[in-house]
Amino acid sequence: MTKPLGFEKPLGMRDYLPDLLWKQRQIEEKLHRCMLHWGYQEILTPTLEYYDTVGEASATHDSKLFKLLDRQGRTLVLRPDVTAPIARVASSLLKDEPRPLRLMYNTNVFRAQEKEAGRNAEFTQAGVELIGDSSVEADAEVIALAVACLKEAGLEEFKIAIGHVGFIEGLLEEVVPEKSGRDQLKERLHNSDYVGFRQDIAGLTISEDEKNRLRGILKLRGGADRLEDAEALTINGRARRAVRNLKELWAALQAYDVTDYVLFDLNLLSSLNYYTGILFEGYAANQGFPICGGGRYDDLFKQFGMDNPSTGFAIKMDRLIQSSDLQPTQEKKTIYIRFDQETRNLALKRAMLLRQEAIVVTGIGEPSQTFDQIIDFRGGHEDV
Amino acid sequence: MSKLTVAMPKGRIFEEAVELLRKAGLDIPPEFEDSRRLIIPVDEIGIDFILAKPTDVPTYVEYGVADIGVVGKDVLLEEERDVYELLDLKISYCRLSVAGLANWQPTDSPRVATKYPKVASKYFREKGAQVEVIKLNGSIELAPMIGLADRIVDIVSTGRTLKENGLVELEEITPITSRLIANRVSYRMKSEAIDYVVEKFASVIPS
Repeated sequence: MTKPLGFEKPLGMRDYLPDLLWKQRQIEEKLHRCMLHWGYQEILTPTLEYYDTVGEASATHDSKLFKLLDRQGRTLVLRPDVTAPIARVASSLLKDEPRPLRLMYNTNVFRAQEKEAGRNAEFTQAGVELIGDSSVEADAEVIALAVACLKEAGLEEFKIAIGHVGFIEGLLEEVVPEKSGRDQLKERLHNSDYVGFRQDIAGLTISEDEKNRLRGILKLRGGADRLEDAEALTINGRARRAVRNLKELWAALQAYDVTDYVLFDLNLLSSLNYYTGILFEGYAANQGFPICGGGRYDDLFKQFGMDNPSTGFAIKMDRLIQSSDLQPTQEKKTIYIRFDQETRNLALKRAMLLRQEAIVVTGIGEPSQTFDQIIDFRGGHEDV
Repeated sequence: MSKLTVAMPKGRIFEEAVELLRKAGLDIPPEFEDSRRLIIPVDEIGIDFILAKPTDVPTYVEYGVADIGVVGKDVLLEEERDVYELLDLKISYCRLSVAGLANWQPTDSPRVATKYPKVASKYFREKGAQVEVIKLNGSIELAPMIGLADRIVDIVSTGRTLKENGLVELEEITPITSRLIANRVSYRMKSEAIDYVVEKFASVIPS
């Protein structure tokens, strides 16, 4: 192994320089205030967790976990997401708190990257979890809050695509008798392989009508009228309940007045076996990757011995900052106070006073950047 | 409708895809294929074409600098990018195959040369075969002829190149055609424009 160069960093790790971080902090503050005003309380969980608890419960793929060993030889993971740790806390320290529990976070998460440098292996996520509420009102609240946050963060053009795990699974159960066939079709949708999906359908031994029902899934992308098309594909049971669920959601989102930002995409599937109902993903116009994601995860808490239907979302801060039109502002006046040996006492006292209102730098040399005002104490008298 | 950026490989796939779009009634000027430019705006249909190396097409689309793209399934299998595979355009038919010298016999330490190391490794692993995969960037047929590898995994269309170099096709791994792919975000943000292109293509693809 060769020694890394002096300026080298591990793959996917990055430095945040002042200008970028300044923008990030301003956006974080806006998100924080927004979530706070919707009644969410901030929580912070450890960077390291046990692989056997949080690592297992996490939706992040095993190959993307950063693992290390503690001194007893137990496997630890660097927190790959915040939902699983929060579920751990909510079902232990906060298990007696009344439900629903509204929690928010803003912290860094770690996911190993393989492909190319420049993909962040450590990044900040800001998000909320609404714990212990199975109603569609909870789903609507979380989606409306996501919209409010993205607007607050200075995004002009964005969309939230909403899907439902129960629809795809329910419809597949209605039409495809064998589990292996259903799993394969689901896998195709997970991989966004619509060509393979159609090929698999062609190979199934079911009637042409039923094949057309399956093919119809791929067209279910657009406004609320797509829900009518979706309902027409279902007969009863789980898939139809899912569509009804989405219709109720739409009505609630209308009341929140956020439907301009929302579209339906019933092909949307996220990480395997994590979400159990409504799920969603957010996109900004000038960003090639999703900017946020979320949904209902009613089964996660069972891994921690509790039954707490929950929903939530996480925003990827690095992508949000790239897309946000927000210009970082510096409203405070900047002052440079120049002094010499004789005037140091006076100059530093004055600086402390001025710092209540302004940004004040003191020094004996020429200022290294531009300031709104320069006060020169040298020679025993104040020269403005 | 929003403007679309479409990434395509230079050469045969591009020509065949443009031919399909013309057949579907899109107003594409006749002279523009001869151009040496890498970005070709066709304002008549609101599309900018980006001409790229085939293996880079899924990368452009995944990152969203191109909204959609046309690329061979071979490249998609090898690159494993997070893109939507919307349509089989059924152009540029060929197949990914294992080939070797005409008198090929199984060896104790098999080596396979290929431009598709991921696809080749996966194929042999799933068959339970242990092979050493060597990545080459072109003229794959050379490898068995000069003793670098005993077999190759490569694209075969007519089989003429193989034949001229004394190689035979041993096994077909998968048939290959060109696919229409889309970026995850564009697929939702520019759904109207993308659906329009999908419909146009679909109207002229033989089923």
